[in-house]
Amino acid sequence: MSKTEFPPSIRSRPVYADLEPRPGRSHVAVADGEGAEAIVEMLDKAADRPAMLAALHILYAPGPNGTDQWDSLQALGAAQCFRAPTIPTLLPRLGRVVADAHMGTQFYLAGTEGLIGQAERDIMATGFPHAAIQKEHRGSTVRRMQCVHCKGITENVATDPFKCSHCGLWLFVRDHYSRRLAAFQGVNIDAEDKGEIPEPVVRFT
Amino acid sequence: MSGGAKLPVRVAEVVQVNDLIKRFRFVTRDGSPMPAFSGGSHTVVEMDDHGTRRLNPYSIMSDPADSSGYEISVRRDDVGRGGSLYLHNHVTPGMEMVISHPVNLFPLDTRAKKYLMFAGGIGITPFLSQIAQLSHHGGRFELHYSARSRALGAYMDRLTAAHPDRVHCYFDEEDQRIDLPRILANQPIGTHLYVCGPKGMINWVLDTARAAGWPEPALHHEEFLAPPVGDAFTVQLAATGKTITVAPAQSLLEAIEAAGVDAPYLCRGGACGQCETRVIACDGTIQHNDHWLTDEDRAEGQKIMPCVSRFAGKHLSIDR
Ligand code: FES
Repeated sequence: MSKTEFPPSIRSRPVYADLEPRPGRSHVAVADGEGAEAIVEMLDKAADRPAMLAALHILYAPGPNGTDQWDSLQALGAAQCFRAPTIPTLLPRLGRVVADAHMGTQFYLAGTEGLIGQAERDIMATGFPHAAIQKEHRGSTVRRMQCVHCKGITENVATDPFKCSHCGLWLFVRDHYSRRLAAFQGVNIDAEDKGEIPEPVVRFT
Repeated sequence: MSGGAKLPVRVAEVVQVNDLIKRFRFVTRDGSPMPAFSGGSHTVVEMDDHGTRRLNPYSIMSDPADSSGYEISVRRDDVGRGGSLYLHNHVTPGMEMVISHPVNLFPLDTRAKKYLMFAGGIGITPFLSQIAQLSHHGGRFELHYSARSRALGAYMDRLTAAHPDRVHCYFDEEDQRIDLPRILANQPIGTHLYVCGPKGMINWVLDTARAAGWPEPALHHEEFLAPPVGDAFTVQLAATGKTITVAPAQSLLEAIEAAGVDAPYLCRGGACGQCETRVIACDGTIQHNDHWLTDEDRAEGQKIMPCVSRFAGKHLSIDR
């Protein structure tokens, strides 16, 4: 099963819901990894599936765990279906799609938090209300982390604590999330007592 | 004090704009700058209408960058409760009045890429200050403004002269209609919609946008309700132990204030939620006239908005 129940946390921690088809003149779906399943299931709920497919643009990248469900998306027959090898190569294409989009477009994001967060960041940068972007988590729970000290981003963090890939500090993984940066915040774990670093535990898979 | 801090002002200018609309300019009595405000703000004007105290909200239409005064435009309502008639018939330059500090219940969402505005009649006023504000930073907007006739289209000349390619005017008398579906279909992503005007227009614009897939957080509207006139009724103020009678042309809030009881308010038009008051006992029907309470709130019958709502029945007791 690709769905994860996140335990209740601080308000900053994003929460997700199932994608629901909404009326709109066009539809943009962005997914990675197991997020493809959420897109497929959403289309099963569409009142007028052919009409939705005819106005649907899908952008997809395989997940950080290697999951690649491109075939299931391509088989849907959407108006446009684009596959990128990675999230960083998917985002410029999303930027183009969003720049040409009009109000009345619905956005559906599905997959890992790294994909959802970065797509949300780029869509809301246009002024589109973030609360109106649908988001469903699927698949890997690895995190995109910002080091609050050097500001470097470390992708696909699995352990807590983890070593910042930029400055090398050991960072504690917080649930404190920045929508603007599309990243959780990592705070130095041995700032008070230098060298007292707990054994890293795999918390995200 | 309820309603926020007061501003003692002097009327600097009164201008007849057209058959129905007059413009009033307020300045401070000591020549100091007026408090800053943002486009879309309103001020509550206090009036002593021959013994009846009236406090009516009006959008500030002047440029937020102009700190030397505030301007409001008032449409004369011959069948209303009298606030607009008082301003039209009795307020003259030089008069001293009291207004509230500005409050903004219709602010521009500064994250928007573009502002799509719909104004009906006197509903143009908040857009005048918003457009002035946007003009200073080159903000993108598109205004669709409908009025009954050319003669009643206040400020159309000024707007079309300053922004010929962004302002579109429509006249009911000439059977001109806003082509709403086409306009809504052509807006870039990140556009926010603003509408101010008669209730029917607001509902039409919002419902059409929702059906076209516009998300709720991108839809903004403002409608001040004048407190409706109704039958007199009696209310018990449980917290202060007073029993008051609300006259037909008086609002419950005004009656509470007339009894010397301090009650919270901001907009006095059923929009802001500030005056919400707990109902302690109710044997009868609350006539909810606000846009604040939800349908669930109304069904529960535990709350009333005294600035616009009334009551009919045997007994009403509220927590004031
Ligand atoms: S004072 Fe604003 S809703 Fe009553």
